Amino acid sequence: MTSKNTSISTHDLHCQFGEVRAVDGITFEVQTDTLFGFLGPNGAGKTTTIRLLLGLLEASSGSAEVLGFDTRTQADQIRLNCGALLEQTGLYERLSAEDNLDLFGRIWHIPATERAERIRSLLEKMGLYDRRKEMVNTWSRGMKQKLAVVRTLMHNPKLVFLDEPTDGLDPVAAASLRDDLVDLARQHGVTVFLTTHNLAEAEKICDQVAVINKGKLLTVGSPDDLRLRKSAHTLIVVGRGFSESVVTDLRAMPDVEAVELQDRHLVVHFKRETDSGNLVQFLAGKGVMIDEVRKGKASLEEAFLALLEEQA
Amino acid sequence: MMQDIFTLIRKEWKEVVFQRSGGRQSWISMLILVGLIGIYLPYINGAAWLQDPTALLDWAWVPLFMTIGLVADAFAGERERHTLETLLATRLSDTSILLGKIASSVLYAWGIAFACSLLGVITINVVFPSAGLQFYNPGMFFGGLAAVLLIAIFISSIGVFVSLKAATVRQAYQKLSLSIMAIWFIPFILIQTFPDKVQSFFASVAPILDAKPPLIIGGLFGVLIVADGIMLLLAKKRFQRTRLILE
Repeated sequence: MTSKNTSISTHDLHCQFGEVRAVDGITFEVQTDTLFGFLGPNGAGKTTTIRLLLGLLEASSGSAEVLGFDTRTQADQIRLNCGALLEQTGLYERLSAEDNLDLFGRIWHIPATERAERIRSLLEKMGLYDRRKEMVNTWSRGMKQKLAVVRTLMHNPKLVFLDEPTDGLDPVAAASLRDDLVDLARQHGVTVFLTTHNLAEAEKICDQVAVINKGKLLTVGSPDDLRLRKSAHTLIVVGRGFSESVVTDLRAMPDVEAVELQDRHLVVHFKRETDSGNLVQFLAGKGVMIDEVRKGKASLEEAFLALLEEQA
Repeated sequence: MMQDIFTLIRKEWKEVVFQRSGGRQSWISMLILVGLIGIYLPYINGAAWLQDPTALLDWAWVPLFMTIGLVADAFAGERERHTLETLLATRLSDTSILLGKIASSVLYAWGIAFACSLLGVITINVVFPSAGLQFYNPGMFFGGLAAVLLIAIFISSIGVFVSLKAATVRQAYQKLSLSIMAIWFIPFILIQTFPDKVQSFFASVAPILDAKPPLIIGGLFGVLIVADGIMLLLAKKRFQRTRLILE
């Protein structure tokens, strides 16, 4: 049973299509009012997970609750309270932007006056209000994506699923949509479940991230946690007296995975988390003058790739 | 649920009649049909048109012409334009979506048939004026509208059934056309294969039925109602969100 502060909770969720395990025993929780990034390469199982959580697909085994509703038996309640932007924008291209939003307002039984006001305020926030009467098929991809995001918020959902919302957008359009997305989510107090393979994007906007690959969940945590987990294995030593023999001796140590000598920096990658004291002692013994020792700062991308490598 | 069905009908009409690709084409074909059945046929048949039961046969073409294109697009079109999954991810129930799709084409066809019938009255009264207002035989008028409704439901249900599984609108249209042709011709072919005894039974019953048109009409209505019920149930059974997502 999900708690008040949990929007999504899955337990050992599986989804199998023939021999293919699209989702393979994933367990995680998404806290309310957070921006949760679900990261993974193409075909990792991100879209299938969203479909399972929306009750559009039935799990082979395991369970999931969304906003306290069971995905197997209360899917209609989930869809009532959630918004979704799936793989495609799902916009009716021969209708105007206003008509698209009006349709979804009607689907959610929003009264006419409130509907018109909501369309106005959301389109104004996105800078699309002046073009609301135009057919959607005349719009750029970036504008369509923005409209599709607006559509998911029409009925004031508690939770929105966004499946790669910035995919295929140029960097400027992607950044603009990202900013709008964060603003809207924060202003409206919406929990956002966002899938992406754009790690820089996840790093910028997500409070929590999970990494999935080949249907398996590899890790869950904040972007900082993930970076630190990777960085915990790397130490950077600034100093003088790094000779080739020191580097060779370091490489011979059992815990050391790799050593890079860069200008006055020595970057040492360990196989597991290690105490910097041992390294300092070793280097001092070799006559190295140490000015500074610090943990490496891996990017989320490096952490992500390391996770995939570990899985492989 | 009614509100949801009306929302879908509104969306379908707005999209199809006014804006979907080929919108102009659908307007032209609609105007040709209305002109033919509402003006031309009454004009050449004269005042007898309003009392002639064979006029019912002409009305029966309306749902065939009007629904076939519309209903083939119902789900195959949504799939082709990548809007189906978004629609399925809304709060709308399966029944609302299904009935909304069927009702939009049924009411579209029925509305045009109704307009044709009224236009026929106007044509006759303008071209062949008499002392008072000339109108249809009430039984024929209401029977005709009911027949159009039942035929439209039948074709729409088949159309939705086919469209649910078709990958493209073109494929749905072809399958639907073939299905309707098969429904039309197969009974005639089957009758030829019946044993002589059965055929002679039909031959002996035919004059009795000919003498009692209400019996034939009532029987046809009964068959249509049963066929509509069966097709609606089949369409409902085929409508499964999971299958629609994966297909």
